[in-house]
Amino acid sequence: MNISVIVFPGSNCDRDIALSLKKFSNKDPLMVWHQDHSLPESDLIVLPGGFSYGDYLRCGSMAANSPIMKEVVKSANNGSTVIGICNGFQILTESGLLPGTLIQNQGLSFICKNTPLKVENDSSFFTHNYKKDDVINIPIAHNEGNYYASDDVVKDIEDNELVAFRYCDQDGEINNKTNPNGSIKNIAGILNKNGNVLGMMPHPERAADSIIGLNDGEKFFTSIIESLQ
Amino acid sequence: MTEITKELVEEHGINNDEYKFILDSLNREPTITELGIFSAMWSEHCSYKSSKNWLKKLPTKNNKVIQGPGENAGVIDIGDGDAAIFKMESHNHPSFIEPYQGAATGVGGIMRDVFTMGARPVALLNSIRFGDPKHSKTKHLLSGVVSGIGGYGNCMGVPTVGGEVEFNSCYNDNILVNAMCVGVAKIDKIFYSKASGIGNSVVYVGSKTGRDGIHGATMASAEFDDDSDEKRPTVQVGDPFAEKLLLEACLELMTKDVIIAIQDMGAAGLTSSAVEMASKGDVGIDLNLDLVPCRESKMSAYEIMLSESQERMLMIIEPDREQEAKAVFDKWGLDFSTIGILTDTNHLVINHHGKLKAEIKLDILESGAPSYNRPYKIIREPEFDKSKVSEVLDSSIDILRILINSPNLCSRRWVWEQYDHMVMNDTVLTPGGDAAIVRVHGTNKGLAISADSTPRYCSADPQEGGRQVVAESWRNLTSVGALPIAITDCMNFGNPEKEEIMGQFAGVVSGMIEACNTLDFPVVSGNVSLYNETNGKGINPTPVIGGVGLIKDLNHFSTPLIKRENDVVILIGKTDGYLGQSIYAKEILNNTSGLPPRVNLENEKKIGDVVRDLINIQKIDTVHDISDGGLLIALAEMCIAGNIGVKLDLNKEEMNHGFLFGEDQGRYIISVPKSFLSSTIKTLEGKGIYSQNIGETRGKKIIINEQDQISIETLRDLHEKWFKEYMEG
Repeated sequence: MNISVIVFPGSNCDRDIALSLKKFSNKDPLMVWHQDHSLPESDLIVLPGGFSYGDYLRCGSMAANSPIMKEVVKSANNGSTVIGICNGFQILTESGLLPGTLIQNQGLSFICKNTPLKVENDSSFFTHNYKKDDVINIPIAHNEGNYYASDDVVKDIEDNELVAFRYCDQDGEINNKTNPNGSIKNIAGILNKNGNVLGMMPHPERAADSIIGLNDGEKFFTSIIESLQ
Repeated sequence: MTEITKELVEEHGINNDEYKFILDSLNREPTITELGIFSAMWSEHCSYKSSKNWLKKLPTKNNKVIQGPGENAGVIDIGDGDAAIFKMESHNHPSFIEPYQGAATGVGGIMRDVFTMGARPVALLNSIRFGDPKHSKTKHLLSGVVSGIGGYGNCMGVPTVGGEVEFNSCYNDNILVNAMCVGVAKIDKIFYSKASGIGNSVVYVGSKTGRDGIHGATMASAEFDDDSDEKRPTVQVGDPFAEKLLLEACLELMTKDVIIAIQDMGAAGLTSSAVEMASKGDVGIDLNLDLVPCRESKMSAYEIMLSESQERMLMIIEPDREQEAKAVFDKWGLDFSTIGILTDTNHLVINHHGKLKAEIKLDILESGAPSYNRPYKIIREPEFDKSKVSEVLDSSIDILRILINSPNLCSRRWVWEQYDHMVMNDTVLTPGGDAAIVRVHGTNKGLAISADSTPRYCSADPQEGGRQVVAESWRNLTSVGALPIAITDCMNFGNPEKEEIMGQFAGVVSGMIEACNTLDFPVVSGNVSLYNETNGKGINPTPVIGGVGLIKDLNHFSTPLIKRENDVVILIGKTDGYLGQSIYAKEILNNTSGLPPRVNLENEKKIGDVVRDLINIQKIDTVHDISDGGLLIALAEMCIAGNIGVKLDLNKEEMNHGFLFGEDQGRYIISVPKSFLSSTIKTLEGKGIYSQNIGETRGKKIIINEQDQISIETLRDLHEKWFKEYMEG
C-alpha cells in the first residue's frame, strides 16, 4: 500500500496527517514535493492542511497550478483516490476536482475548535466505518472554510448523496446556529461523483489520539486503510 | 556626506556624554551610518542600559539550565537528550501604532529567536494588555492584535496554546503585546551565535531587505506622544509564509554540520546581529552591503544596516560549504548571499558602492555601551482599609454573577478560538486551564507552559508583586503536575529616568530574585521594554513571567475540570480572607488601594511540592490554583469546565466575602474521590499542610450551605457572555 502526501511550501499539517496514516497503516507515507513532475505509484494521494504558497492570491489557487497538481488531477481522473483536508479541500476545488469554492468564514475570523459533524454518507471509501447520522467531534481550524456553490450544484451534490459531513450540534441538529462558518447547507465535506475524491475542512488527523483526548477521527482512518487493503 | 549636527545626534537618542564617548573613541566625527549603528546598539532596547545592573542579579542557573540569558533564547534539559528552548519578547510600541503587523511581527520575531538555536517551535503563548474596555481605541487594538497573532502563528503551523488578556485603563495609550515561543531540540544539536573562524563567510539568508522598521529599536526606547501615528512607517511588515520557508530551510540545513554560528536579524537588524555575533566570538567582521539582497532600489548603507525587515538570518559558514548550504535555501526559494567575512581586526567594517561607510572597533560598541545606575525610590501603597468590606450586603452568588461576567475574569474563548491551538497534534491541554500542556513530539512526556503577570500587585507593592508573579507561574505549572524548571521574563515598565518607575523595576526584580531562589526557578532568557508611557503617564509595572515545567509521564497529569460526582473538594493552604488589590475590591468595592496579598515563599514551596506529589504519586487528577477572583471564581471555573456542580459546606465564620473572594496566595483546590480521601489527608497532615474539606462535587449547581445557589448553565452563559458581546456587539 503506497500513500503519498503532497508537500507544498506552506503546508503545515503534512507531518500530522503522515503520522496518523502511519499509525493506522504501519507504513510511512511518501512525502512528495510540489515541484516534482511525476507522482510515485500511489493507492492514495493526500493534500494536507496549511497555507500553501502563503494562501496569498486566493487559498489553494497557486497550489492548484503547481507541477505536481497536474499529475494529481490526471491521476484522480484515472480513478486514484484523493483526500484534501482544509487547505487540501481548497486546492481540490481550485483545481476543479471538486465543485464549489471555499470563501471567508461568515464571522470574518479564523476559527479553531472541536466541532460536531453529522455523518451523511456512510458507504464511501473514506467513511464506511461510520454510521449514517453519527455525530462525531472533529476539530476545524480555518479562515476560509465557508463552502459555497450555486443552487444547481448544491442540488446535484445532495441528489447524488455526495455530502460526506455536515456541521451540526451534539444532538445532530443542522441549522444556522450550528453552522460555524456559514457554509451552504452546513456542508463540511463532499465527495466527487465517482466517489474517489473527498474534500473536507475538518481535520480528522487531529482526532485520532487518546492522549490528545479526541478519537472520533479513528474510524476515518480505519475506513480508508480497510478500503485500501 | 551628511553633516552630523547636534540635532541629528539628539534625534538618534544619543545624549551628550554618550556622544562625547563616541568622539573620543573614534578620534573623529562618526559617519551617518556609524551614528545610526551607535544609536541602535545603545538604545535601551538593545543595550539594556538602565536595567542590566539589576538584571544581572537574577538567578540564572540550576541543574537543568543549559544556557541562560545572553543567547537568542534560554535552554533547559528536559531529559532523554532533549532540550526546551524558550523566550518571551515584547512588541508593545509597534502594536499600538499598527496592531495587526505589530503583533504579527512580534510572534515572528520570537519564533526566529527559538529556531535560530536549532529548535523546532512547538508552542506559542502571548500576554496582551489593553486599556479600559470603554476607551475608544481598545476594541480596534484588541481585534487587530488578536488577528495579527493568529495570522502569523496559524500560518506557521505552530500552535498558540495559552496566554492572558487583561484590561486596565493604565494601558489606554500604551498596550502591551508580549509573545513567547517554546521549541524543542536535541541537546547535542543546539546552535549558538558566537562567530568563529577567521576567513569564514558571513551569509545572509531569508527575505530581502526593505526600508521597513528603520529605527524600530530606537522607537521602542522612547515614550509616545500624540504624534505617534506618524511613526507608522517604522513598524515592520510580516510575511509568515517567508518565515515558514526560513524555518524549514534552517532546520534542514541544521541536520548537516555546516552552520558555525547563526543569529536572527531582530531589533536593529543587520547591525545587531553582525555586532553581537562578532563580539561574542572576539573577531572582526567586514561587510559589503552591495551583496545584501534588497527589496527597494537605492537603499543607503544607513538604511540597510538599520532596516528591521523581517524573516532574515545571519550565519557563519566555512567558505567551502557554501554551495551545500545554498542548495537548501534554493530549494525553499529563499535568498542566500555571502555578504562578508570574519577578520582578526576586532572591527566592524562596512563598505557600500566601493566606499568605506563605517569602521568601528567592536569593543566600543559592546563593552563601551552605556550602563546606568539610575536613582530609584520604591513606593508602596498603604495598608488595605478593611472597614469598607462590610458595607456590601449582596449575596455571594450575586457577587459571583458579577465577577464571572467581568472583563478580567470572563472567558477568553473569543480570543483563543482565533488561534490554531491544535496544529502539530501535541496539544494535550488546550487554552483555558492553569497551564498549557504540549507533548514532546514522539515521546510520552510533556511540557507545561504558562504566561502570567499581576501588574496591580506590582504597582501596589513592587517587591511583593515581584515575588508573586514568579510564585504564581510556579503554582500554575505545579497545578497540572509538572515540575517547574525555569522562566523567561518580559519586563514592561515606564520611563526609568523617573525615580518611582525605576523603583518599581528595582522592587520587582528584588522580589523576583527571592522567589526564583526559593523556588529554584531561574531566569534563562527575557526582554525589557521601558518607556511604556504616553504623554508622561506610565503603565502599571508589568513583569510577565513565562514558566516552563516538565511532566515526565503524560499518562497522568491534572486539570481544573471536575471529573466525577461525589468527590470531596479540599482547599489546600490557609485562607485569611484578605481582599486588598483583589478583583473583588476593584469591581465590587471600587477600591484599588492597599497592599496586595503576601506570598510566603517557604510555604509556597512546601505546599506546591506536596500538591505535585499528590498528582504524581496519589494520582489526583483535578487541581486548580486559586488566583484572580479567589476561591469561588476558581470553583466556578472548575464546575464550568467539568459540567458538574459543587455543594459547599462552610462554617459560619467562613461565610464572608473575604473567604470566598480573597486572593490569599499559595492555595489550591483539589477534588478527591472518597476512596483516596484518607491517604490524601494523611499526606497533607504528614507534611504539616493546612487543608480543609469545603464540600462535595454533585449535580449541576454550585450550592452554598443549602441557601445560595446558581446553575452551571447560568454560570457558563455569564462566563462566555462578556467578551463575545463586547467584541461583536
